[in-house]
Amino acid sequence: MIELRDVTRRYDEGPPALDDISVSIAPGEAVAILGPSGSGKSTLLNLVAGLDHPTTGTVTVDGVRVDRLGEAASARYRRARIGLIFQFFNLLDDLTVADNVLLPAQLAGTGRADAERRAADLLARLGVSRHADAYPGRLSGGERQRVAVARALMNNPALLLADEPTGALDTASGEEVRKLLTELHADGQTIILVTHDLTLATACATRTIRLLDGRVTADGRVTADGRVTADGRDYAAGSGR
Amino acid sequence: MSALGRVVRSGVARRRVPTIVTVLVVMVAVTSAVLGASLAVASRGPFERAFQQHHGAHLAARIDAAKATPAQLAGTATAAGVAAVAGPFPLATVSAGSGRFRMPPMEVAGRGTPGSAVDELTLTRGRWATGPGEIVLAVNGRFDGPLLTTGEELTLDDVPGNPVVTVVGFARSITRTADAWAQPGQVTAWQTAQSASQNQNQSETAGRAGYQMLYRLTAAGTQAQVEAGTEAIAAGLPAGALTGATSWLAVRRDVVGDTVLLIPFLIAFGLLGVVMAVLIVGNVIAGAVASATRRIGILKALGFTPGQVVRAYVMQALIPAAAGAVLGLGTGYLSTLPVITKTNDLYGTTDRGTAPWVGVLVVAGILAVVALTAWAAAARAGRLRTVDALAVGRTPRAGRGRWASRLAGRIPLLSRPVSLGLAYPFTRPMRSAGMIAAIAFGAASVTFAVGLATSLSRIDEVEDIAAVQVTAPAERPVTAPAERPEPGAEPPGADPPRAEPPGAQDGPPAISDPAKVAAAINAQPGTSGYLGTARTEVTTPGATGQLTAMGLTGPDASRYYRMVSGRWLRGPGEIVVATPFLTATGKKVGDQVTLTSKGSEGRDIPVRIVGEAFNIDEDGMQILTDQATLGLTPEAYYITVKDGTDIDEYAAALSTALEPLGAVADQVDHDPPEMLVLIDALAALLTVLLVVVAGLGVLNTVVLETRDRVHDLGVHKALGMTPRQTIAMVISSVVLTGLAGGVAGVAVGVLVQRTVLGAMGRGTGFTLPASVVDAYGPGVVLLLAVGGLVIAVTGALLPAGWAARTRTVTALRTE
Ligand SMILES: Nc1ncnc2c1ncn2[C@@H]1O[C@H](COP(=O)(O)OP(=O)(O)O)[C@@H](O)[C@H]1O
Ligand SMILES: [Mg+2]
Repeated sequence: MIELRDVTRRYDEGPPALDDISVSIAPGEAVAILGPSGSGKSTLLNLVAGLDHPTTGTVTVDGVRVDRLGEAASARYRRARIGLIFQFFNLLDDLTVADNVLLPAQLAGTGRADAERRAADLLARLGVSRHADAYPGRLSGGERQRVAVARALMNNPALLLADEPTGALDTASGEEVRKLLTELHADGQTIILVTHDLTLATACATRTIRLLDGRVTADGRVTADGRVTADGRDYAAGSGR
Repeated sequence: MSALGRVVRSGVARRRVPTIVTVLVVMVAVTSAVLGASLAVASRGPFERAFQQHHGAHLAARIDAAKATPAQLAGTATAAGVAAVAGPFPLATVSAGSGRFRMPPMEVAGRGTPGSAVDELTLTRGRWATGPGEIVLAVNGRFDGPLLTTGEELTLDDVPGNPVVTVVGFARSITRTADAWAQPGQVTAWQTAQSASQNQNQSETAGRAGYQMLYRLTAAGTQAQVEAGTEAIAAGLPAGALTGATSWLAVRRDVVGDTVLLIPFLIAFGLLGVVMAVLIVGNVIAGAVASATRRIGILKALGFTPGQVVRAYVMQALIPAAAGAVLGLGTGYLSTLPVITKTNDLYGTTDRGTAPWVGVLVVAGILAVVALTAWAAAARAGRLRTVDALAVGRTPRAGRGRWASRLAGRIPLLSRPVSLGLAYPFTRPMRSAGMIAAIAFGAASVTFAVGLATSLSRIDEVEDIAAVQVTAPAERPVTAPAERPEPGAEPPGADPPRAEPPGAQDGPPAISDPAKVAAAINAQPGTSGYLGTARTEVTTPGATGQLTAMGLTGPDASRYYRMVSGRWLRGPGEIVVATPFLTATGKKVGDQVTLTSKGSEGRDIPVRIVGEAFNIDEDGMQILTDQATLGLTPEAYYITVKDGTDIDEYAAALSTALEPLGAVADQVDHDPPEMLVLIDALAALLTVLLVVVAGLGVLNTVVLETRDRVHDLGVHKALGMTPRQTIAMVISSVVLTGLAGGVAGVAVGVLVQRTVLGAMGRGTGFTLPASVVDAYGPGVVLLLAVGGLVIAVTGALLPAGWAARTRTVTALRTE
């Protein structure tokens, strides 16, 4: 259960990036956050990931007050519960694919054999096993993003956060990632997905939240023409419930 | 403001860490360079400089007034080798005292003014004695102490009528030609009164009235030259007129003492400081410019020419460097002030501060280094193709050091942050090399400083084993309780005898019943051992002039000297000497030599050289032998006590036991020479500065590294790296460089120490004993090598903290 209550995030200058929003997300939901550039999508994701703190309001994830976590605690929280996927992959270029994937487990102190087994499983499942010993620089964009997903899943996170995961990919690679996320959701993975990509939102999200200037303007199911139906706070619309 | 100006300004203002580090590093570098250079300058012959500044007397001659006329004395000015002359000054020996204390007999010279062509006096307090009943006392002489101030009234006990004199001032004679001065007429009056009463008493010591003549010689570098001058002067006078002569060499030996041995050390230290400063400044500047490669790429994309880029970056480096140089000049000069004050005080030099050219040279040199490295680094960045420059900075150059990363990742038992950090240095080998150099120089300075301190203390420590000395004072002066009399004799190996005033040349009286004294010492509870010493003068073929022979006795004798080769004395007929003696006489250990004793009969004694010791007394010309060889009896005993003995109580108890035998026991003062203490302190300060510079170099490198990796850091943190793990990673990244730097630094430091000791040996003519040369034990070496690690970790702590605190979101936005 993810709950943002009366959350405002204000930077030193300009209008607030998030302006008094309240959102609840249930386990098993796949939520797409849509909105134009600068509307506060990444900010919202960062708050849930504990990477950033709200100026006012509370962020609670599975009973944990994420907005109150200190640096070390939020690192441990991310390790245990959150998988992060970025637009530009953020793979570490001087580590091999396998080492990148292993890293979250190693930071969490998981036993080496277990971690290696799981990393191999994930790479196989995502179809990038043959690149295990390669460096990310040699991989295509789609392959890199699949490695990033493998890394995000390494510690079995309860919550997968993806910030424009297809934003830097060509159409074909974007399609691969879209399928991957859809499959993950089908397996019960809770996902919050930031995107401009309507196709991605319609394909893999069970619910869509639309942001504009830091406010929620719509919350419901997205239709193929981009409208979000069932305006309002119909949280029960989620399918994984 | 021009585009260039804006770029420079924002480059200085926005890039705070490199700017601050540049300011600090240049500041510390200039400080240590000024300090190092000043140390080298200040320690280069302060006595010689003061001697020049005050036209010191190469020779202070004592003349029997009854045997030479003033005209004859004036005639000595033209004697061969005499460059300048002052005098005749009437000379009287008087004993002064007040209600509170009595002083031992002192030499008073009659001088109209302190100024003179030879031995110009410097008034340090009060004024010159201008009339009868006034006296000026010598500072830094035999009777200098806190006890006396101007206005003090002294009664002259041994002048008929017991006249009272007032101390009106204090003056320094660089060659310590007298203990006090008064107007010539006054001194003559005392002389006349004394000789009148002595004639009445038919005293043996009649004719005490004398003159002092002060000479500068054209050549006075060696004892032989001074003696030649003395003979030339004596030749122009009636026989027996010259009753005594004190060479400036004796005074110099007394004043300078062991500090001559330090000079090579100090010069090396100063150089080390300068080299280190240059190296780190270069390192910091090159790093700062190199890390701006991407910015340079952007500037070029905007239309900056390579020339403009170079100019912008040279300016950007020079501005903080100039600020640091000004600050460093200030602190550098301030920190040299205590040295200057102290050397002025000790040697009578009149230095006001380090010569301005030192500062100018240091600042110009360091700024040139800054400009040059900035120019080279910026020119390199400016030549890069713009696209490549733009691509730099996102990630370390692909591929470099990956093997290290893989290797580190495979090491079992290492946590991942640690193994990630360990692999860092291999991705940027040049940067790591710079960091290793910085650490190495820091470690080398520490190593060298430790070696210096160890060697010096080893040179001194054997002299320091004596806790109590026993002497038989002729007339033990009554002194105020606040001031103990300075013991007349000192442990062997300590300072050579003071420039004794004429008349006191026969040395301390021998102890009347040595066997009983030795028995009393042995019987005293707490005694560990003792050494009895007696001095006499001998001559030997091959060595010019009179040599001092020390007749030794007692179980402790060998403990006071470090052997270089051969063995210690086993009985009479053997001698142990220092390297300069062997060099001068062309002998070697095992050879036979003949000593001719000074005594009236001029007895020849054949002896064998059985060993070579490290003994710097008498410029290494002293002869050590069993007292029986020369038929001497001890003048003093030096006693070592068992651990845990209260030395005060021991000395008091022993004094009581010795009282019937006419001997007293005193605690031996172990205060190291003031100059040595000061030099040690400054060397320590210089070391600290150099270590700080090294730490700043590390700090700068790690900051650059952290900045370059800030994005990766963000990724790590997004994946769940805690602040503690981040710190562990950053700290691990300097462990290998720290160790490498430490090991390299220790090697360099030991090498420098050896080289300097070699130079010291060659320069001074002494062979140093192994215990002095081998200053580093294995434990110390290990500790010093780890010191590099400490420097590295300390330098990395601050940036590690920054890395840990970097906001993940901010870091991730850095693209
Ligand atoms: N670190 C920051 N400092 C200042 N303003 C920021 C910062 N991060 C984001 N913003 C501002 O907050 C608003 C929302 O940003 P963001 O959440 O990144 O938008 P989105 O992801 O929807 O494009 C934008 O106006 C952006 O400029
Ligand atoms: Mg965004």
